[in-house]
Amino acid sequence: MVRILEKRQLTPITKLYRVDAPLIAKAASAGQFVIVRVREGGERIPLTITDYDREQGVTTIVVQEVGATTRRLAELQEGEEILDMVGPLGEAPDIPSGGHIVGVGGGYGSAALLCLMRELSDRGEKTTIIMGAREKDLLILADELGEICDHVEICTDDGSAGFKGFVTDRLQEMIDGSPPGRPDYVIAIGPMPMMRAVEKTTKAAGIDTTASLDPLMIDGTGMCGGCRVTVGGEIKFACVDGPFFDAHEVDFDEAVSRSKMYVKEEQQAAACQRSAREVA
Amino acid sequence: MPVKRADKTPMPVREAELRAHDFEEVNEGYCFSHAMFEAERCLRCQDPVCIDGCPVRVPIADFMHAVAAGDLKKASTILRTANPLAAICGRVCPQEAQCEMQCHMTKRFGPVAIGHLERYVSDWEMEQPLNDSVAKPTRDEKIAIIGSGPSGLVCAGELARLGYRVTVFEALHAPGGVLRYGIPEFRLPNSILDWEIASLERLGVEFINNVIIGKTIKLDELFSEMGYSAAFIGTGAGLPKFMGIPGESLNGVYSANEFLTRINLMQAFEFPHSETPLKVGGRVAVIGSGNTAMDAVRSALRLGAEHAMVVYRRSENEMTARIEEYEHAIEEGVEFHWLTNPIEVLGEDGWVTGLKCMRMELGEPDDSGRARPVPIEGSEFIFPVDNVVLSIGTRPNPLLSRATPGLKTHSWGGLLVDERQVETSVHRVYAGGDAVTGAATVILAAGAGKKAAEAIHSDLAADAA
Repeated sequence: MVRILEKRQLTPITKLYRVDAPLIAKAASAGQFVIVRVREGGERIPLTITDYDREQGVTTIVVQEVGATTRRLAELQEGEEILDMVGPLGEAPDIPSGGHIVGVGGGYGSAALLCLMRELSDRGEKTTIIMGAREKDLLILADELGEICDHVEICTDDGSAGFKGFVTDRLQEMIDGSPPGRPDYVIAIGPMPMMRAVEKTTKAAGIDTTASLDPLMIDGTGMCGGCRVTVGGEIKFACVDGPFFDAHEVDFDEAVSRSKMYVKEEQQAAACQRSAREVA
Repeated sequence: MPVKRADKTPMPVREAELRAHDFEEVNEGYCFSHAMFEAERCLRCQDPVCIDGCPVRVPIADFMHAVAAGDLKKASTILRTANPLAAICGRVCPQEAQCEMQCHMTKRFGPVAIGHLERYVSDWEMEQPLNDSVAKPTRDEKIAIIGSGPSGLVCAGELARLGYRVTVFEALHAPGGVLRYGIPEFRLPNSILDWEIASLERLGVEFINNVIIGKTIKLDELFSEMGYSAAFIGTGAGLPKFMGIPGESLNGVYSANEFLTRINLMQAFEFPHSETPLKVGGRVAVIGSGNTAMDAVRSALRLGAEHAMVVYRRSENEMTARIEEYEHAIEEGVEFHWLTNPIEVLGEDGWVTGLKCMRMELGEPDDSGRARPVPIEGSEFIFPVDNVVLSIGTRPNPLLSRATPGLKTHSWGGLLVDERQVETSVHRVYAGGDAVTGAATVILAAGAGKKAAEAIHSDLAADAA
């Protein structure tokens, strides 16, 4: 059981939790993830570690409501407990030093970039974050990322804040020379279609890119193989070999297809959850 | 006139048509009169050889005599002293290749049903009132057990009995390892495993779930920061192998580990009440012929598959599953396709639609001593299927060895151990079970856990002296 110390609503569907998980905070590196289970009979789902505070023993996660489990998690309040949390899982990415490092975060992906970008800034790298959302109100952690990175580029689909357009449009402008300038290395974290679009953009420009994949997982320790992705023609397990992979080598078509394996069941679980609530 | 003796008393089982649709236990267990009658079949050999077939050397003859005398308390003490996981082993051991193979009755009348009696006595023990008090450790030394599968459970129990302070660290949210996530409830009900774990807790063993040694806590931190004197690695062989054929990442293709974990650990058969889904279509092909393949194919049947098929490149003779599982699978309607080797998983729109196979014939014996299957040219054909479950073996999980410099492994992933077969390349870190041997049986893992406990005890005593 992991106690929730603080809950912040970042957007109507995105919550930030600071939880009492000292062992995870102590062992965590930027880019790793945890697996949580919210109730008996609940699913195990992976969530990226947004931040950690070793002294206070606090681990921070950000949850966007997308399915039955994330909705249940989002209902938990300060002082309540998350049933199971295990981690840190996966390997921290190996980001080369020197040059201009650009993190591209889509939606809740920006949260996953927080401690990673801070680590890179602390290392003395020139850092820029391009963060995108549909509209202004859906942007998350822009202030925090602003403090960490040398440059923050905000993109909204409707132009309600920052650049009007997709993160990849802004990325392309920077590749073409628009300040803060061409990236030497790109880190993409966000929904699968966004990461694929980033990969296409940087591939054409010949820029090394890593993507943090979050396929379906159960154990997170390499036991089930459900999170397998094809990278450079080889089967890799995102939980133990990843979650970061050379984006130019990832078979995104397959990854996208696999991520949709249980779409129907997710709707069914959500419907079941709704009807249970109505009965209650 | 030759002596006439009764045949082995059959295990009462639930009707195949009924049991093939639920996850309740298939075997119903002997009643008292079955057990008495069966124990009387034992020939009282002067020099019993059944014990030689048992990897943990249960004194089977003594145990059998106690049952025949109706002294079940004595029988259970004999059993449990030698095999702390008797209730589990009575259900999952391949007795026909171990103790019962040695039995002098085997050739003419069928062996004494040692496994069924082991289960009977353990079940009797589980029905006895529990002693609620938790034993207090009598020693100061703390021992860490990494992984709560069979080897870890036995090692923990033995050390707790010796008075050590024992903590078991489990990566998942529930203890038991492969006994929890791998073996389905129709073969090993969770209540049995829960009882075994509760007994260990009463011996003073502490269980901590959701901790991955190597990730949450590094192996050396157990010693340097947490004050453990020794650690036992029983992390099993949980990494699934894939075949490397095209189409293995199509939706609807599972490793047997994933398939069974979704069912056993995550209770997918109760979806959507339990929230972990599993896609089981009308036609399911399970590749492989071991116990895990039988568990997967019989689970598929229980989840509504109309055609649950085993596809295996060798023949029935080379099958590695327990004979009981095979017979039960046939009774339940599982289809077997021998000498059939899958070469490609076919799909449409990202989903499995078929399994392309080749017919095989048996050639000369290979490295394993079994006849080598050779493809018959031009024999390709296609099974239309909705699911493919790969049950072609597992390898030791490299997570801990990758995270621990100095912890040496064989090239295939098994942990290297000393000439005693217990201590790893890291001082006072021991290992046993599938993590050392590669995938094997529950009883061999139990034996390894016991042996490691003895070594830990004597090494720590030597350190203190």
